[in-house]
Amino acid sequence: MLVRILRDFLRPYKRIIYLVLLLLLIQAIANLYLPRLNADLINNGVAKGDLGYIWRIGAIMLGASALIMAASIWIAYLASKISMAFGRDLRSGVFAAVERFSARELNKFGAPSLITRNTNDVQQVQMVLFMGLTMMVAAPITGIGAVVMALRTNVKLSGLLLFVVPVMGVMIFLLLRRIVPLFRVLQVKIDRINLVLREQISGIRVIRAFVKTKFEEERFAETNTDLMNTSLSVTRTFAIMFPSLMLIMNLSSVAVIYFGGKLVDTGSMPIGNLTAFLAYIMQILGSVMMAIMMSLMIPRAAASAERIEEVLDTESSVVDTLTPKVPEKRLGLVEFKGVEFRYPGAEQPVLTDISFTAKPGQVTAIVGSTGSGKSTLLNLIPRFIDVTEGCILMDGIDVRDQSLEGIWSEIGLVPQRAFLFGGTVADNLRYGDKNATDEELWAALETAQANDFIDELPEKLEARVAQGGTNFSGGQRQRLSIARAIIRKPKIFLLDDSFSALDYTTDAKLRAALEEQNKTTTTIVVAQRVSTILQADQIIVLDYGKIVGVGTHHELMKSCDIYKEIVFSQLSPDEAA
Amino acid sequence: MSNRRPDTTRPPGPMRGPMAGMMGGPPAKSKDFKGSLKRLLAELKPERTILITVLSLITTAVVIGSFGPKILGRATNYVFYGFLGRKLPSGISKSQAVAQLRATHQDRLADMLAKSSVVPGKGIDFNAISRLLILAIVLYVVASLFMWIQAYLMAGVTQRTVFRLRRKSEEKIGRLPLKYFDGQSRGDLLSRISNDVDNISNSLQQGLSQILNSILTVLSVLAMMLWISPILALVSLIAIPLSMFFSIKIAKKSQSQFIAQWDWTGKLNGHVEEMHTGHSLVKVFGHREKAIEQFSELNEKLYESSFRAQFISGLIQPVTALVSNLIYVAITVIGGYMVATGSMSLGDVQAFIQYSRQFGMPLAQIAGLMNMVQSGVASAERLFELLDAEEETPDAADLAPMGRATGAINFDNVAFRYVNDQPLIENFTLHVTPGQTIAIVGPTGAGKTTLVNLLMRFYDILDGTITLDGRDIRDMTRDDLRRQFGMVLQDTWLFTGSMRENIAFGSLDPSHEAVVAAATAANIDHLLRALPQGYDSMLTDDNATVSNGERQLITIARAFMADPAILILDEATSSVDTRTEVLVQQAMTRLRKGRTSFVIAHRLSTIRDADMILVLDKGQLIEQGTHESLMAQKGFYFDLYASQFASAISE
Repeated sequence: MLVRILRDFLRPYKRIIYLVLLLLLIQAIANLYLPRLNADLINNGVAKGDLGYIWRIGAIMLGASALIMAASIWIAYLASKISMAFGRDLRSGVFAAVERFSARELNKFGAPSLITRNTNDVQQVQMVLFMGLTMMVAAPITGIGAVVMALRTNVKLSGLLLFVVPVMGVMIFLLLRRIVPLFRVLQVKIDRINLVLREQISGIRVIRAFVKTKFEEERFAETNTDLMNTSLSVTRTFAIMFPSLMLIMNLSSVAVIYFGGKLVDTGSMPIGNLTAFLAYIMQILGSVMMAIMMSLMIPRAAASAERIEEVLDTESSVVDTLTPKVPEKRLGLVEFKGVEFRYPGAEQPVLTDISFTAKPGQVTAIVGSTGSGKSTLLNLIPRFIDVTEGCILMDGIDVRDQSLEGIWSEIGLVPQRAFLFGGTVADNLRYGDKNATDEELWAALETAQANDFIDELPEKLEARVAQGGTNFSGGQRQRLSIARAIIRKPKIFLLDDSFSALDYTTDAKLRAALEEQNKTTTTIVVAQRVSTILQADQIIVLDYGKIVGVGTHHELMKSCDIYKEIVFSQLSPDEAA
Repeated sequence: MSNRRPDTTRPPGPMRGPMAGMMGGPPAKSKDFKGSLKRLLAELKPERTILITVLSLITTAVVIGSFGPKILGRATNYVFYGFLGRKLPSGISKSQAVAQLRATHQDRLADMLAKSSVVPGKGIDFNAISRLLILAIVLYVVASLFMWIQAYLMAGVTQRTVFRLRRKSEEKIGRLPLKYFDGQSRGDLLSRISNDVDNISNSLQQGLSQILNSILTVLSVLAMMLWISPILALVSLIAIPLSMFFSIKIAKKSQSQFIAQWDWTGKLNGHVEEMHTGHSLVKVFGHREKAIEQFSELNEKLYESSFRAQFISGLIQPVTALVSNLIYVAITVIGGYMVATGSMSLGDVQAFIQYSRQFGMPLAQIAGLMNMVQSGVASAERLFELLDAEEETPDAADLAPMGRATGAINFDNVAFRYVNDQPLIENFTLHVTPGQTIAIVGPTGAGKTTLVNLLMRFYDILDGTITLDGRDIRDMTRDDLRRQFGMVLQDTWLFTGSMRENIAFGSLDPSHEAVVAAATAANIDHLLRALPQGYDSMLTDDNATVSNGERQLITIARAFMADPAILILDEATSSVDTRTEVLVQQAMTRLRKGRTSFVIAHRLSTIRDADMILVLDKGQLIEQGTHESLMAQKGFYFDLYASQFASAISE
């Protein structure tokens, strides 16, 4: 939890933290010394009419003030340094952890959630650390110091604290007990209203088409009212908090004057101590109030810390071997041998008993319905996830016995969702091979049927690509990500439904060009469109995670019912023949 | 607490999503501060009476409360005089005591005594003290009570106002033309209603009453200080420009650092987002090291800028604390001197010290609050922009209601363009008789959805007419028109709720039988029954319960439920896998029976039996006819068809 993250990540800064604590102590002592000096000034200077004494004490007070400032500036410096460095280290830790993740862990969290954890959540914890170092720690030091000073000033009068502090404590406890769970509820309500809004905006066409604007307004009104009521409970609880704390403080000073007056009257306390005592009791109660304000920040930071820790504690399910083997020759031969993949604790495996061989120079296509495990199968090859049974051999050696970097260097991947990085077109293409020449880039673009639209751009290869590639259409993105994989000159070419956004003309041209290009490459294609795979050397038909047919289009049309069903859903019988 | 800018150190609120960093925090500057503030305050109008009550409560509480220290000071005086009086022998008068002191050369003490109400020999007058302290208790209790009531009422004012703002903006969404959504980032729109409203809420809640509170406190405390001692008040007043000067100087310096901090946060977020989204690519292409390296660079920059921002803004507190400590010392010393010389009472000095502490705090707060208000007004401005956006032209009031249509549709010389100088559809004419199936084909981006947009009046045509059952679609209410249509879109929009609610979305009267019948017709009944809670299973955001294809089937069931006269099937099958697609196709065919249908599809095989095929390219209608006639033309459609089935045909 919060404590653990702080302990782990603050270790390098231990010494500085001790220094901060020391400075805080000095600051607190100096702060508490001021009322004491004030008391002396009244007792020995004012009451006796000694002007020289007044000036002398005044000078000491100035010195104390300067000391306080120096200490607090130093504290601010160190605290900023530590907390921001802590945030930096935490971010690095989270990022590195995510970079080690396999696809499984990444999907478990989802990219947006991981981003929030690495930024907003870290910021929360970092802010609490800063507040903690400057104020939260200072509050008890000042509080305890003030109690000591109050006791030294007058023990009897300090008895007042025995009454005031518990009253305040109980009140704070009751309020916090109410507010903390309310905060949690509030967050849920806020999430809920955002969800409804997001749905309304994304579904605007459907809502209007079904004439449901009124229905949606009511749905929103309900969540809106809900949110308002919870917010009201929270703010109204706060509304009572501060006036009552002020009241306690003010009534305490009244009590100090009354009881203090009695003590002065009997001669058991000098008059100046009365004023000093007033100052101390204010400081004690002030630090208690500060402590509450701080403690309000803690639940949220703790929730953030928990979310961060979840990332840090997640072990990648794919671990790089320490003793990697290297195949004698890299050809790109991929063999599946009795492969099973099952999510931990899942009743049904996603893939069962998958065995096939994808040979260099051949196209192996994988078809099947959603949930049949096509993409999972593809993800097993570059070890985005690991098999749970059986093995996958690449050039004769189990992929788990090869180094990850070694495997990856052989693979050209075109993912399902064509993703481009921010930068230029050339930057993106050179992601495949940073030493590629412009000529090679153009050649790859040509194969990928992307040379035309790049050529039409005024800046051609230097044209800007927005993050994710959003300034290009889906089809263009797919073609560019194919070009990026081509430039890598891989031994194994993995295409995960990479033609879906292309129109059929482009699709056909691209396939022809790829075939020309990949004469010695092992190509494995996941496809939705039957037309994409008609000419594959080998088609593997998956159904509910099992292989139900292997062969060419013609063989399968004769032998495999599920394949036929798929084909006829897309083509008419005479086309399929 | 220090007065750091609330908009920079306030941790990003709970409403902010992962995009928060990209936006660089809440807006800080408004274009028209005065106008927007006025308008925001106008939003508070329904709460006028309560606001006036709040104002008077705050004023009373502050004024009453400010008498507290003065009264306590008086009580202290009684203690002090009793303390002095006891030391003097009883039975002599004050002037005798003064004379005695002078005789022993204790001139200063004599001066002080002369001006006090000390009665030699008499101890502390506890009756007088009790009376004063009871008065103080009453004042403090009343002040706190008023403050509480005020805050309680204010919470209501704020939350209700924010509620109204949210409702207004949500209703506005319902009235905006579709053009607005197509031209605006959805994230931004969402952010205006959630983040900006949230920000407004904070400003109202804390800003309004606290600013007033602070200003009133400053004024009344100042009055009290002047009353007690003009000289000491003057000394305290020096503190204002002094700490203001330092605060503003430091705040200005830190401001640029905060901007840098947000800037680097945005850049870092961008990098993280990119690397996480392209996670597998980064790995396979061997860029992991580089990704971490780049991250470290950005991270270091962020560290440096945030350290500087934090440290510099952290200086405000020590500096203002020094100023207030200096003032404290000055008051004690000068005050002590004045007490010793008899020109001021001890109780007054003590009261003055309390006042000067009360004086500094609200001053520091005002600066911070002003920033908060500024940020709130900037948010309000963004919200008002949304509220002011041009709306759909409202339906005329006297339109005759439209019963169920037969589904005869005519486009006559229709012209339309999204952008004024880019002609898109010109002179488009089409006659559809009830029950016909019209297919719209063409490459991506050819404008296939444009026709649907026009037909359902998501956009209005520029020229020509579109009629439904012979009646111009502009002569019926949009709701009446749209009730004639059922839609199954590629983007399978469902809302968070039960399966039943989602299917019943199109119907006013969802009986269980009707829902089951619709689900059965859509081939989804068996699947829904297999779920743990059957039809009442919740459909959640994360897509975990149902696959894409199944979502598609639910949208089909929804269309069945609505039982429309006309159907729009918009690329409805292209995101579905092949097995589910068979189910979808069956359901669609069933759905199309007896209805006029517009089918937008990539897959030419599914629409060959359409009564009419419209071929679009680059927004233009280029060919029109049946499959056979278009094939015979050997034009664009022929090419499209040939390319799609090239491999199949050649085999």
